[in-house]
Amino acid sequence: MEQRPRSFYVLAAIFVLFVLFLYGPTVTIGILSFQGPQGGLTFPMNGVSLHWFADLFEQQAVGDIWGAFRRSLALGLMVMVTTVVVSVMAGLAFRKRFAGSAVLFYLAITSLVIPSILISLGVGLIFQQLGLKVHWATSGFGSQLTWTLPFGLLIMFAVFNRFDRSYEEAARDQGATAWQTIQYVVLPIIAPSLIGVALFGFTLSYDEFARTLLTSGSYNTLPLEIFGMTTNVTTPVIYALGTLTTLFSLAIIGVFLATVWALGKRRARMGSDAGKGV
Amino acid sequence: MNAHRTLFGWLQATPLALVMIAFLVAPIVMIVIVSFWGATEFSIYPAFQFDNYQFLFGSPVTYKVFLATFKYAAVTWALTLLIGFTVAYFLAFHVRSQTMQIALFLLCTIPFWTSNIIRMISWIPFLGRNGIANTALQNWGLIDEPLEWLLYSDFSVILAFVHLYTLFMVVPIFNTMMRIDRSLLEAARDNGASGAQILRHVIIPLTKPGIMIGTIFVVTLVMGDFVTVRFMSGSQSANVGRLISNDIALLQYPSAAATAVVLLATVLIIIAVLLRFVNIRKEL
Repeated sequence: MEQRPRSFYVLAAIFVLFVLFLYGPTVTIGILSFQGPQGGLTFPMNGVSLHWFADLFEQQAVGDIWGAFRRSLALGLMVMVTTVVVSVMAGLAFRKRFAGSAVLFYLAITSLVIPSILISLGVGLIFQQLGLKVHWATSGFGSQLTWTLPFGLLIMFAVFNRFDRSYEEAARDQGATAWQTIQYVVLPIIAPSLIGVALFGFTLSYDEFARTLLTSGSYNTLPLEIFGMTTNVTTPVIYALGTLTTLFSLAIIGVFLATVWALGKRRARMGSDAGKGV
Repeated sequence: MNAHRTLFGWLQATPLALVMIAFLVAPIVMIVIVSFWGATEFSIYPAFQFDNYQFLFGSPVTYKVFLATFKYAAVTWALTLLIGFTVAYFLAFHVRSQTMQIALFLLCTIPFWTSNIIRMISWIPFLGRNGIANTALQNWGLIDEPLEWLLYSDFSVILAFVHLYTLFMVVPIFNTMMRIDRSLLEAARDNGASGAQILRHVIIPLTKPGIMIGTIFVVTLVMGDFVTVRFMSGSQSANVGRLISNDIALLQYPSAAATAVVLLATVLIIIAVLLRFVNIRKEL
């Protein structure tokens, strides 16, 4: 192997600094969430305890965070499933030319770049003027889709840009119907990417703040609850909450990555039956 | 057969179209309509008047705040581009094994899937008056008094933006770099180009689409932000997003809507210009 140029070491150092910059603050509040009961928001550590984690289970200290967590979880799953289904359908649609496809594409791009607060404000106003109550499962759900669907669609574009159409032609030549081709050929091939879309759908929803601000109604989602806490909670309990939800996010990411990895393994094992005489 | 296929395509696109119409187009139309309405202290009423726009364009605050928003966007863009390009370049051209590339790339992208608000909060122990940065600087004898401008200042706002959004540069730039044909680099080297020349005349031009996509993300996220500026400046700085959210808090929806219309127009013009340089669908 040829020798590494000097620039490699400089760039590697920059990369390490970047990773420290990304993770350092999060690790810091992870450590500080174990502050002793008398400890404050900054170092030094005033003893080590689980006091602030215990506080998370006390209604008076933090409000209804577990209710907010349940709502965020449910909303995240709803958004995840919808994002996967709608993105795949739209991705398939965009492979053909259909009248209005350019308009729809630019709408999706607009949906991606529009300042989130506009969605919040607009949806909030519509519900108000129609005399409907805003609720996280209706107005909040729709508002979040305007953020997750463009991501899902862009991933589907990336997937289908790399998709080898000869697989479909082979299926059609063997007499498969359009639906059978999708079901038995297209979907299994793109399955790992769909897990990526699902991960985007869930986490973007779970962490979304601006688009749910005016559209979630009287029951807060977790990010809204946490943001409320930043203005009136001045103890490390907010770090404990931050640490727990970050761990939860990491666990979710881990599950998704493990699924992709397992699918890849399975595919490598069962993908080819060449020479097996089936 | 062809008519049948067109119909099938429409059916598949319908759910996306419905969501976009109900939760994107309708809200924008609503905001445009309400921007001409009037407001009392407690309620809003339908009207067709230009008062909100007159007030908006007549107030010096508007220009100051828009200027501040552009400033945030420009500084954040420059920093995220510099850092993002360097990181992506390292990953794409200096890391040799593909497994290592994927692992390091994931390491960079994981924070994207965690909560932005938590990531903002986590700067407090670093930047606060008695935070890690001040304590360290004092211990090293570099400063005598804690620096006050570390937290709740424009500095911390920009820092948070860079922290949150550099990823949006790294990912598209890395993606384009990975699609550069390596034989081009070899050809340049065989013809006697130095590393710097290869970077300047081969890699950077071929990476432009990725840079454009990253730019679109970073600029729009910063232009439309209101939470980061509010939280990281301790409510001391303002951008357009905060102007809107303050009006909303005071139930002055028509005035918020007028500001929103101007902000949306600004963002869309910027994006329209940027899109002339890149074909997003082809580059993914």
